[in-house]
Amino acid sequence: MWEQQVAFWIIAVAMAGAAIGVVRANNVVHAALFLIVVFAGSAAQYILLLAEFVAWVQVLIYIGAIIVLFLFGVMLTRAPMREERGKLDNSQRLAAAVVALFLFGVLAVFLVDAFAGTELRFRDSMVEVGSAASVGESIFRQFVIPFEVVSMLLLAALVGAVALARRD
Amino acid sequence: MNAVALTTLGIEIGWGAALAIKTLVILLIIPAGALILGYVFLLKMMSHMQSRLGPMDPGGFHGWFQLIGDGLKFVQKEDLMPDGADRKVFAGAPAVVLISTFLVFLVIPMGPDLVVKDLDIGVFYALAVSSLSVIGILMAGWSSANKYALLGGLRAAGQLIAYELPLLLAVIGVVIQAGTMSLNGIVVAQQQQSIFGIDWIGNPYILTQFVGFLIFLIAAQAELTQTPFDMPVAESELVGGYHVEYTGFRFLFFFMGEYGTAFAFSAIAATLFLGGYALPWVDGDLANWIGPLVLFAKLMLVAFLMFWARFTFPRLREDQLQAFAWKFLIPLGLANLLVTALFKVAF
Repeated sequence: MWEQQVAFWIIAVAMAGAAIGVVRANNVVHAALFLIVVFAGSAAQYILLLAEFVAWVQVLIYIGAIIVLFLFGVMLTRAPMREERGKLDNSQRLAAAVVALFLFGVLAVFLVDAFAGTELRFRDSMVEVGSAASVGESIFRQFVIPFEVVSMLLLAALVGAVALARRD
Repeated sequence: MNAVALTTLGIEIGWGAALAIKTLVILLIIPAGALILGYVFLLKMMSHMQSRLGPMDPGGFHGWFQLIGDGLKFVQKEDLMPDGADRKVFAGAPAVVLISTFLVFLVIPMGPDLVVKDLDIGVFYALAVSSLSVIGILMAGWSSANKYALLGGLRAAGQLIAYELPLLLAVIGVVIQAGTMSLNGIVVAQQQQSIFGIDWIGNPYILTQFVGFLIFLIAAQAELTQTPFDMPVAESELVGGYHVEYTGFRFLFFFMGEYGTAFAFSAIAATLFLGGYALPWVDGDLANWIGPLVLFAKLMLVAFLMFWARFTFPRLREDQLQAFAWKFLIPLGLANLLVTALFKVAF
């Protein structure tokens, strides 16, 4: 088990460092590139937890699509080449810090409350749980109604975006 | 992958050595594949098709020295970096593209046991990591501090987003038929399935998924930014697009990434639609030995089709290119998916 612990901490520290980089970067493109490291780290954590399918979905959706759209949008509109010290800052630092601390507190309390003392013992038979087949089965059998609700929500968002962007 | 070959020779190797050998083989495959495609298609086939005499000359016999000369030229060139460039991002971009190519090769089986890692979700993984190259291209386009490079990067990103969907849809048809996402499993399924009871040569999916095969080839062509989808690198207007500022070794990285990815996509297409490393009536140890050769032959066939289109079609305009993806290929892919699913349920 200790190998997993070591790997977890290496990845976690890298992720935290990159996350700080995202908020501290003086250039939007750099911030987006730091975000890639954070997402790649969380994909690696999924693999450590045997959730292989979710890990590669994370790579395809978050890195392959969302980050690309971020970069695409930033470069299409501004593409800043120089550091923009001060420009990316605003006066809500204190409020942001309070919200971040609050969120951290809530998550920490709930996670400790739910999982304190539980130890995951990985066995070969558990690989099945993270496979595409079992994920698909639980989405399309057990949780099919929430899934459909989410897809309706996304469709509504899509239609709304098109309606907002239309100029005629 | 070589573990098996070596074990049949009576040599036992450990886990670490096996990993080292696997990594080394993949690292060699990328430049080797790029060289083979560059030599056979870019130099020989294109020269014949377009009556170019230059590449026939160097070294005497059929211009065999041309690519070696090109390589020597690249190594000698000065390593330039534009004045306003973002140095770290500029230097990292070619590496990102090449790493994405490297990662794709990990799941391509060259024989029943000759695969680095036979992932349960092989095809999905391959498409996920191949989409990472867009980030390298955007990094290169932006960090060059050059309008043409930025335009090229943006065009490449817009094009890769648009053609990622038909690519996935084409693959899903195969996955539905095979009932697995593992590339090895797809090869075995093609060997064992039958077409309406005829199991003489199994069921190479090019026969039952012909529409999917065409969509895959077209979308792969666009992913590789090859003509007719080469707006991002259009020489006559963008002087080279996102890699316009790259010289010497860094440009060589992009070149290897491009042709290495072409090699990888041909291998994936050969595996998904032409039966991969398998031949009818061949199995067991023999399949492990001749598997790489069979896969290579099929891969070259697919690559021939892709480069044939590249050398003969004119370039599409940006709006034509986007409309073709969103208004034609994606609906066609969805229809193909529907029909495949219906047949799967009905038979």
